[in-house]
Amino acid sequence: MRKAIVLARRELGGYFFSPMAYGIGALFLAVSGGFFFFGFPLFNIDPVFQPGAEASLRQLFMDLAYIMVFIAPLLTMRLMSEEYRSGTIEKLTTAPISEAAVIAGKFIGVMVFYAILLSPTLIFLALVGVYGRPDAGVAATGYLGMLLLGAAFLAVGIFTSTLTHYQILAAVAAMAILAFFSLLIQPIVAHAPEPISRIAARMNIMTYFKDFARGMLDTRGLVYFLGAAAIFLFLSVKALESRRWR
Amino acid sequence: MIEVKHLTKWYGRVLAVDDISFHVDKGVIVGFLGPNGAGKSTTLKILTCYQPATSGTATVDGYDVLGESMEVRRRVGYMPESVPLYPEMRVRELLMFVAALRDVPRGDRKSAVARAAERCWLTQPDDVMRRRVGELSRGYRQRVGLAEAMLHDPPVLVLDEPTIGLDPAQIRAVRDLIRELGQDHTIILSSHILAEVEQTCKHLIIIAGGRIAAAGSPGELRQRVLGPSRIIAEVKADDAATIVPAVNALSGAREVASGRAGSWTRLTIQGDAGADLRSEVFKLAREKGWQMRELRREVGSLEDFFVQITYEQNVRLGQRTAATA
Repeated sequence: MRKAIVLARRELGGYFFSPMAYGIGALFLAVSGGFFFFGFPLFNIDPVFQPGAEASLRQLFMDLAYIMVFIAPLLTMRLMSEEYRSGTIEKLTTAPISEAAVIAGKFIGVMVFYAILLSPTLIFLALVGVYGRPDAGVAATGYLGMLLLGAAFLAVGIFTSTLTHYQILAAVAAMAILAFFSLLIQPIVAHAPEPISRIAARMNIMTYFKDFARGMLDTRGLVYFLGAAAIFLFLSVKALESRRWR
Repeated sequence: MIEVKHLTKWYGRVLAVDDISFHVDKGVIVGFLGPNGAGKSTTLKILTCYQPATSGTATVDGYDVLGESMEVRRRVGYMPESVPLYPEMRVRELLMFVAALRDVPRGDRKSAVARAAERCWLTQPDDVMRRRVGELSRGYRQRVGLAEAMLHDPPVLVLDEPTIGLDPAQIRAVRDLIRELGQDHTIILSSHILAEVEQTCKHLIIIAGGRIAAAGSPGELRQRVLGPSRIIAEVKADDAATIVPAVNALSGAREVASGRAGSWTRLTIQGDAGADLRSEVFKLAREKGWQMRELRREVGSLEDFFVQITYEQNVRLGQRTAATA
């Protein structure tokens, strides 16, 4: 049932009305700008935009991936939690629309918003282009990676949002999951005993994303991100459906 | 049209609906009446597929609410008690959105929205349709909720406390609208405002403590409540002391209470069920040469009935809580 599109349009409209969304968007762009121009000296991250640096956005994409660990949950936290809070879930549940269509609609809506959010970063690409000669294909693959990563991350956020009334809990839970698989997993890969460290290496988000950032389209990454998105969206649908039986 | 059989709903350890059964014929406006916490909203939520029953069945237009819920949802227009709406949307946008959600064919959406807006008085100050829902007053929000529910012209309308929070003029307007809609829809509305339910509903179901306390047309229920009739009279006699014993002696008079009102005596005469002692009292007064300046019968009201069953509900709930504690 493609009432999902109807829902997605409504959701998108909601994003553009809400000051929260603009705030999060501004935060995202400000932080990425910060990484672009100044880097993060504390973690030994060099600025992207400096003489002698490679003329590509590879480093920036890696930075954005880490930023997304925190931004994605902020974008998705209200998707279901707000419906529970305001009671509009009662409207959705009693309307002839399937839970799958509801989740699909929410997902499409937030993905479109995310894509719109990403587009100003093209300015960075343009700036690099003024001083150097970035490879278009590499940049395109990088953005594809960002979209795939976004799909997976936002799906996680939607899932945690379906579980609770409280937006803040949804956000924190999603951040915890994403932080685990991107940040905490690295010391596990480095220091854990054999079978665990190998399994952990396969679950590390950044391993897969690194290839996209470098301009390499690896189907393993494709499967990883799309698979993660599919799993979490499926879980979200189930979580929503379970409400019908309580 | 709507068939409910042995419906029961537990919320954890609280029994909200206790084995109720009823049915609603097509085209009838049914009022669901009861004190707060009686189980009205819960029953309605089960009928609209928002929540599942713990046991029992409910069908709307032949479709089971649990097994064929999509079909039921298509046929029901629901206005929840809290009238949840998306605050950032403009009224017109919201109605168009609901029209799309409700499978109103694309070409008909605009006219369906216009028609609903017209019927629910959303066209009055011209800019209402353009205002954001969050900015509307309660009365307007309720009208938007109503418009939403009837937008796709469903055969069944379920309205949970449709006039709550409205001012008397608005209540009357909504009442008229419901009566009008009742001509070609089946409507269930719940309320604890007796007056409005008495006036619009052909059939009443009174719920208390999760059980049906009474069902019937408003007229029938009032008859049941009539019970012992009461006559009020004010008389004056030369010898006031003779009044009460004389009235007491009337056959059919069960209990006589009296009070002084200046030099007049005010009598409250409780008679046997169904007995109308007015002419007897008048004859007596004429015989004894009393002056009379008031003679009327008090009709049992649904309000008394309501209070009575609320009391019984509380007693029963108290017992039940004690039992499961």
